[in-house]
Amino acid sequence: MNDSSYGVGKIILSLFLAMCLRVLPLPPFWADFNPDWVLLTLIYWSLAIPERVGIFHAWVFGVLIDVLTGRLLGQNALAYSIVVYLCLKLHKRLRQFPLLQQELYIFICLLLSQLLLFLIKNLQNPEQLHSTFWLPVLTGTLCWPLVYTVLRFVRLTTRLKS
Amino acid sequence: MLAIIASIALLVAEQRSNQLDFLRNTLSFATDTVNYFVDLPLVVVARLNDAMMSYQTLKDENHRLREEQLIKQMQLLKFESLEKENIRLRALLDNSFKLGEQVLIAELLKVNMVPYEHIVVVNKGTRFGVHPRQPVFDASGVVGQVFRAMPLSSEIMLITDLNHAIPVQVNRNGLLTIAVGSGQLNQLILPFLPSNADIRPGDLLITSGLGGTFPQGYPVAVVDPFTSKLNKPFAKITATPTANLDRNRELMIVWSNSIPVPFTSKMLDQGVEPKKFAHE
Repeated sequence: MNDSSYGVGKIILSLFLAMCLRVLPLPPFWADFNPDWVLLTLIYWSLAIPERVGIFHAWVFGVLIDVLTGRLLGQNALAYSIVVYLCLKLHKRLRQFPLLQQELYIFICLLLSQLLLFLIKNLQNPEQLHSTFWLPVLTGTLCWPLVYTVLRFVRLTTRLKS
Repeated sequence: MLAIIASIALLVAEQRSNQLDFLRNTLSFATDTVNYFVDLPLVVVARLNDAMMSYQTLKDENHRLREEQLIKQMQLLKFESLEKENIRLRALLDNSFKLGEQVLIAELLKVNMVPYEHIVVVNKGTRFGVHPRQPVFDASGVVGQVFRAMPLSSEIMLITDLNHAIPVQVNRNGLLTIAVGSGQLNQLILPFLPSNADIRPGDLLITSGLGGTFPQGYPVAVVDPFTSKLNKPFAKITATPTANLDRNRELMIVWSNSIPVPFTSKMLDQGVEPKKFAHE
């Protein structure tokens, strides 16, 4: 019991840091490249320990991100829940994949999430969007090995049961 | 499945009404932690800088500030008499006079919410009486308006945001138009001017006070050099904001009496104090 609550603390902390990275003050040029760290972290945890991190976590942190970034409440929640649902469904298969093949899947997940956000934004008020709107998908995919290695290190050193 | 329904319910509910403000306000306590945490290193660096400053630098700065204060004070003296004169003249014209504004100084939190939107977060919220649609200035001009106020922080939309428009007038001749944000921090666009409009590069644009959000007469931008094309119905003119949108840490949130106070001769007799400053 004590062990599992300790693990939850680590997960929350990692998500908290991911949120910090999300709003990090970068120069405008680099800000366009800032990937969705929270979603990457959620994907990792849902693949590694699907019993503990699931759609509920994804939804709660989605709403928090909505508040943090001043979006319409629920749009990130929707995107995160759907992506994490897909990851939970396929976590057994995905874990066997080599990193490169995983990246392809992550790319599709991030694209799906961004597409949902795009659709909701368009429903809300149609407007022109820069093509840079899609850049975080690319950089997110490139950052996946980094997230994977760091969080795997965290998970193994703190012996979170998989 | 449940999560999807819940998110869609949230989306619809917030689109339709502002019933969810309490939820957003509650959650904002959690997210403000993130904001303040991200801002922390910069605050520490600023504090260290203050602490490390040498005696000589401080003395110099103090000296400079005192001189500046003196000059400003003199200008204010003149300003006060001008304001009185303005009241009298407006009384002659049987016009209404707007009372002065109340100011709250807010500090910018260095966080980046969404890359393609110009929205910044400051550390004052509804606890200090901040409310949406309040104008925000810095020392050299209009910065933007309060977009959303939460208990401990509020979001401010800059005048350069793509979704922002501000009613302005040319200071030289009073020509009215609207300045729309361009999505770039150093540019505003004036899309609604005919190509034969009387506007020149270097003209100062000030707030016109129309629309009721911004008080009248504050500098907004300076018109950029442009080449007039007479064959087009509308001129394509841009302007550079006078406020230091990307460099300022202190901003001023202003309470303006948006309803003009009808002028009566009584007010002169009572000696109305037109300027009220409420520092934090």
